[in-house]
Amino acid sequence: MNAIIEVRNLVKQYPQTRAVDGVDLAIAPGTCFGLLGPNGAGKTTTVEMMEGIVTPTSGEILYKGEPLGARFREEAGIQFQSTALQDFQSVRETLEMFAALYPRHMDIEELIELCALRSFLDQDARRISGGQRQRLLLAIALVNDPEVIFLDEPTTGLDPQARRNFWDLVNRIKARNKTIVLTTHYMEEAYVLCDEIAIMDHGRIIARGTPQQLLREHFNDVILELPENIPAEQLRDLACRSVAGRLEISTGDVTATLRELLERDVPLNDLRIRPRTLEDLFLELTGRELRA
Amino acid sequence: MKKFLAIFRARNREFLRDRSTVGWNIILPIVLVFGLGFIFSDTHRPMFKVGVVAAGDARDPFLETEYVQFIPVEDADRARQRVARHQLDMLLELGETKRYWINPDSPRGYVLERMLPAQGYVREEIEGREVRYVDWLVPGILGMNLMFSCLFGVGYVLVRYRKSGFLKRLNATPLSAFEFLAAQVGSRLWLTLLITIGVFLGTDIFLDYMMNGSWLLLLFVTTLGAISMISLGLMMSARVASEELAGGLLNLVSWPMMILSGVWFSLEGAPVIVQWLSKLFPLTYMLDAARRIMIDGAGLADVWLEIVVLAAMSAAFLALGAAMFRWKAE
Repeated sequence: MNAIIEVRNLVKQYPQTRAVDGVDLAIAPGTCFGLLGPNGAGKTTTVEMMEGIVTPTSGEILYKGEPLGARFREEAGIQFQSTALQDFQSVRETLEMFAALYPRHMDIEELIELCALRSFLDQDARRISGGQRQRLLLAIALVNDPEVIFLDEPTTGLDPQARRNFWDLVNRIKARNKTIVLTTHYMEEAYVLCDEIAIMDHGRIIARGTPQQLLREHFNDVILELPENIPAEQLRDLACRSVAGRLEISTGDVTATLRELLERDVPLNDLRIRPRTLEDLFLELTGRELRA
Repeated sequence: MKKFLAIFRARNREFLRDRSTVGWNIILPIVLVFGLGFIFSDTHRPMFKVGVVAAGDARDPFLETEYVQFIPVEDADRARQRVARHQLDMLLELGETKRYWINPDSPRGYVLERMLPAQGYVREEIEGREVRYVDWLVPGILGMNLMFSCLFGVGYVLVRYRKSGFLKRLNATPLSAFEFLAAQVGSRLWLTLLITIGVFLGTDIFLDYMMNGSWLLLLFVTTLGAISMISLGLMMSARVASEELAGGLLNLVSWPMMILSGVWFSLEGAPVIVQWLSKLFPLTYMLDAARRIMIDGAGLADVWLEIVVLAAMSAAFLALGAAMFRWKAE
């Protein structure tokens, strides 16, 4: 694989903490790479070092085989976790200003269509909704028609519909053969968008691969979900735990487990069977809630 | 240049669309010029002032007059100019023939002339306009307004951009620190000169300021003064990310400047320590040069030292500010 971005033994030491502790990554061109982890895992620090915004304590970052330089700045598009824009500028003026900062930029009209900005183009950029704002920030990240795009928790705080719209948008950008580096703490988002993911905790990468690969590697079971009002006595000896108001039984052999439950007269009207998800994997690996 | 223009225009828009700030930048100096000009217009000198050019220890009965201050004069030409501007009420020359100069428009000159003995003095007239307090005050007020506008308009804005993360976003583009800072300096310089010139010309219609020097030289000195103060604001906020700290730092330089740079009153009679302190501030040099151009009709040869000092201060502040500049909050 000829990686577009390569990270070797990256370390960031702050006076109090070691935010990033020896990270190695290689990102293939044209893929969407997801960096997952609980808050404080070191995702943003890692990504901001890759963007050339934070200086690493040690380690190496290569873009197309070279250290980050002028070429990288011209070819990278960045959406920070939170970005303030200048006051009193309309959406179009904001886009045009950023476009002027690059030697080569995407056609503004095309960008407006791509990111669906048309309906609020002349509004003050401070007075648009959260979803519109994230689309504008994405448009700014795309203004130089970048080869690699960094999105740091782009859908945090959006409602489910706005989030799904944003995913459609990212998929359209993927279709243009761009490389995307995404951090998120929504596992569903990673599953929908990412070709490859890495899970980070305490400044280190603890698992890496395609979502399917990771699930296969770590799990060979499925989950049977039952309502919580079943007496514990009936479920004794089964691998069972209570999650968010439901009982989850993990099993590698569904037939045997169902037979066992029938024998014990457990009511199965509300039974649900689901495969393992990234969320299960995440909790298994980090032992923490995946929450903001 | 394209990048410079993009940032320059965006900053101009941001300022001009912020109606309340623009309004305040224009209204404050107008209110101050009119208000203070009228409040202090009656505080005239308590006595009659007569300049005396005397060869040796000449005696004259007129010199015994009470309630008249007699001031020995070395430079008779300069003294005649002061009579023309009502800064002296009369000039008396006690040579072989006794001569006196008065301004026929000056009421005090008229009274003094009546007090002179009827015989033995040759009358000379000098015409000229009175220097009113407002003529002397207007460079001070506009200079002070320009100082606040430059210091806070650049310093505070930079800190706000840094704190909000807007600078971090720009840092992720090919824009260089020099291009960004140049656009900020350019935008503020353009806007503040526009406002200062507008207010000056607008109030000039009503107050008809004294202007004895070159307009071009006045504009040059004002521009240089504005650049020096924008650079000072830039330096003070080069790496600060807290609005409160920036406000404190900017007040620390703006308040002493407002009081000690001769905005309100001349520093000629002030204690040596105050005069020495005033030499630290760019505003002092700008006001001094502007007043001499407007009132004394000073030319380039007379104010070159002020120009050199302002240019040197601008270069030093800019260099330090650029060297210390940070895109991000530490």
